[in-house]
Amino acid sequence: MTEAPEKFVGGGVLRKEDPALITGRGNWVDNIRLPGMLHATILRSPYAHAKITSIDVSAAREQPGVAAVFTGKDLLEEWDKNPTANPAAVTGYSLSLAERENGGASVTPTADSTSESPVSEKTHTFCGWMVTEDIKVPDHLPVAVDEVNYAGEPVAVVVATDRYKAQDAVDLIEVDYEPLDVVTNMERAIQDDSPLVHEKLGTNKSYTWELENGNVDEAFNNAEVHVKERYIQQRLIPNAIETRGVVANPDPVSGGYTVYSSTQVPHILKSVLATYCGIPEQRLRVVAPDVGGGFGSKLNVYSEEVIALVLSRKLGLPIKWVEDRSENYLATIHGRDQIQDIELAATREGKILGMKVHLLADMGAYLQLNGPGIPLLGAFMYPGVYTFDAYGFSCTGVFTNKTPTDAYRGAGRPEATYAIERIMDALARETGLDPVEVRRRNFYEPFDEPTTTPAGIQYDSMNMQAALDRVLELADYEGLREEQRRRREANDPVQLGIGFSTYTEICGLAPSQVLAALRAGGAGWEQASVRMLASGKVEVVTGTSPHGQGHVTSWSQIAADALGVSPEDVEVLHGDTATAPWGRDTYGSRSLAVGGVAVHLAAQKVVDKAKKIAAHMLEAAEGDMEFEGGRFSVAGSPEKSVTMPEVAAAAYLANNLPEGMEPGLSEDYFYDPPNFTFPFGAHICVTEVDTETGKARIRDYFAVDDCGPVINPQIVDGQLQGGIAQGVAQALYEEAIYDEDGNLTTGSMVDYLVPGAPELPNYTLERTVTPSPTNAMGVKGVGEAGTIGSPPAVINSVIDALSPFGVTHIDMPASPWRIWQTIQEAQGREAGSREADLSGRPAQTEEGGEA
Amino acid sequence: MRRIQMTVDGRGHIAEVEPRLLLLHHLRENLGIGGVHWGCNTTNCGACTVLMNGESVKSCTVLAVQADGAEITTVRGIMENGLWHPVQQAFHETHGLQCGYCTPGMIMASVSLLKENPEPSEQEIREALEGNLCRCTGYENIVKAVQMAAPYVRRSEPVAAS
Ligand code: FES
Ligand code: FES
Repeated sequence: MTEAPEKFVGGGVLRKEDPALITGRGNWVDNIRLPGMLHATILRSPYAHAKITSIDVSAAREQPGVAAVFTGKDLLEEWDKNPTANPAAVTGYSLSLAERENGGASVTPTADSTSESPVSEKTHTFCGWMVTEDIKVPDHLPVAVDEVNYAGEPVAVVVATDRYKAQDAVDLIEVDYEPLDVVTNMERAIQDDSPLVHEKLGTNKSYTWELENGNVDEAFNNAEVHVKERYIQQRLIPNAIETRGVVANPDPVSGGYTVYSSTQVPHILKSVLATYCGIPEQRLRVVAPDVGGGFGSKLNVYSEEVIALVLSRKLGLPIKWVEDRSENYLATIHGRDQIQDIELAATREGKILGMKVHLLADMGAYLQLNGPGIPLLGAFMYPGVYTFDAYGFSCTGVFTNKTPTDAYRGAGRPEATYAIERIMDALARETGLDPVEVRRRNFYEPFDEPTTTPAGIQYDSMNMQAALDRVLELADYEGLREEQRRRREANDPVQLGIGFSTYTEICGLAPSQVLAALRAGGAGWEQASVRMLASGKVEVVTGTSPHGQGHVTSWSQIAADALGVSPEDVEVLHGDTATAPWGRDTYGSRSLAVGGVAVHLAAQKVVDKAKKIAAHMLEAAEGDMEFEGGRFSVAGSPEKSVTMPEVAAAAYLANNLPEGMEPGLSEDYFYDPPNFTFPFGAHICVTEVDTETGKARIRDYFAVDDCGPVINPQIVDGQLQGGIAQGVAQALYEEAIYDEDGNLTTGSMVDYLVPGAPELPNYTLERTVTPSPTNAMGVKGVGEAGTIGSPPAVINSVIDALSPFGVTHIDMPASPWRIWQTIQEAQGREAGSREADLSGRPAQTEEGGEA
Repeated sequence: MRRIQMTVDGRGHIAEVEPRLLLLHHLRENLGIGGVHWGCNTTNCGACTVLMNGESVKSCTVLAVQADGAEITTVRGIMENGLWHPVQQAFHETHGLQCGYCTPGMIMASVSLLKENPEPSEQEIREALEGNLCRCTGYENIVKAVQMAAPYVRRSEPVAAS
């Protein structure tokens, strides 16, 4: 083995994930084939709100290749199996004769079970974040029974030998619906006479959550300047290119199951499935194989995962379900969908005194895993990078007859950053200050110790001035303003806009006690095991579950540096609860700041033990040992040394260890972070807006981000590029639209504009490095920074370009039609109807192609 | 059922298929080629891109029976003398992939582009890849990968696998 004196953290290490992926050897859920495997296909409601009056599955059952067809009623008992009643239901052999005598839950109900009203009083839900004590939680069954509440809700399931046959049979199921009144608009939904999504709850308001710090009324009463704005966070569809899929495989001997799912959260999925389906946790193994993107949409537990698992239990065969794209648009969570009312109180000099925020947040028809909590993540971010005293926040979660919402890249923080960064520009207009100056006047002085914010949390470290100064220099701000002035004077039809966003965000979810205080239903630690093998090679086991983020490479770099080996000698194991039993998975930019740090700390424990063994081998005092470049030596006599691999061999040979020491060289670490981490940055978007066609083209995008020390610069840049691209997509292109009847009119990739290569710019990226005092590595996280920072920079640039027309506001997405309409309205001309904007992708793509 | 024959990555396959079966599903389900991905089945995402008789096609828009007698090349069939194709190597070196799900389609579309246009400008690359969606990378590094690979493809020299 080569010794590795060099350091790998921060260096240019190419990804270890790539060889399989670029040669077509990825292991995706849809590539899994098991003997006897059947395919499940789901019939979904075409109505957004209706009573199911009858379902006739007889024709479907007759189809060739069809093994079974189930309605919601057929499966009712499956959701409520008592965990202790019959863990080996598949074979049943664990029931004693005495148990059989008294009927001990031995019989698995069959598909045509006619048992009366098995509905229990328990509320079924996938929601794990009950944000208030009195939150209203609707009963959420994986397959609807009497009523459907959004278009796309499962109504029946066909199991067949292949997907084509299953789909043929689905088409033959006859369902009678009695349509009910639909509500899709949140403001309508909270009116007293609104149709109710869930009659039983008596209201469409799920919860109201509030936060107040400082004296908000006083701040607003005393202020010279008030700015009040309303922003719309349009609904977005996450669009991971791999759709969701699941394979459930029963083990006829143990009575247990293996579930393969395209998920970000195998560990969370395992606990929820165990509880929801009554399967003992120790008999359940969940595997996240290669996962083709998530962006929050696979941070959930879905009906189809439960359905596949219970069908595999019922039929005793492996069951596969794979989502098609049109299902993905209806059945996978959507993101955003908030109405934001925000108000600032400030001095005439532009110093903020207080802020009030009120949100309406659309939950859709049901509460998904973290749905109600998403706006709360934003609650702590509205004050942004500005310090002031008084802050009031409230959010009402609202039910509508639409697909449920939940985390989409950034989850609450892009919404918050958008609102604060938009209103900072409004404040600049109101006070006559440059947008740069108004921001500077409200920044924190640089700090590197935890500092309390208006929202009552503690930021870890920040130096906004450095990031802003650098981005201004990079972009040549003065030169840009000069060019803008020239174009304005020349009445150039193509105007230049310069948009800012100076942001921070919350990463490193999360200190477990804070989660508990927010009533989130899980812990926020992360676990790692670092094992030196007898050969000197290394296994790292992590509880994070990557799906594109490159943890295998980055964790190898971290372990290699700590142990003094090469990253090639490190294998990183993840995403399988059998090999990585403990974890809290990957979301919320938490993996490095919690999981990566756990790897570092576990490796330190290995070094500590190795040091004792090395001292024993060299007959030296432990205090005299030095460790450098994979070699332990005695201080002052460097010729006396042993390498880490030699120590590892000794640890397993175990014939010459210090008195009383356990053999082996493998350590675990559960790391529960004491605080979040807070990356920050300054972005400038330079946009050319054609005022005649309404087309906005991003000419340059400058970003100086600070995510603390960087493990792998290429991966970090990649996260920022992809993240900014998703923010640009929200700002200019994407919107999920429902009609009044609750039909998703942007139901396919033809109608919903996921930007392609011609629609997106290149980015000029730089970094400042302000370490976090929160963790041993000083790292902060980067997965969502781009998506959080960029939408306001883009929209501020469009508004800036149009300001000569008197434009001060435009909603997202700033499509050509909307920009053109905004110009017309600002000039007092009649603008046409919105319909023209819905013509969809082809027209816009054509224009994109001309750019 | 129709009997069809095709060569996939240099190997011959004969099969009986339903006339409605998509080439995509034939490759994946019947021939077990998991390196051909899919993201929509409706011609929008490009994840299913393969070469058919040397031309790039979205395999979800071709029926298996239409590919009777054809020569199909997937991402598994473009290695040269045991080395990655320059486009594969360049995707690796520029970090042109994150989750890797769009990657086989992206690579095949890029291989096809460089055959037709050995010296594409940035704009030409972006337009040529318009039908291939990537949700992870923001495309910048994919464009760089194609630019990096172009001279090697022109010289038809595989670069050394790392
Ligand atoms: S699967 Fe063929 S283009 Fe999307
Ligand atoms: S790398 Fe994930 S979709 Fe392109």
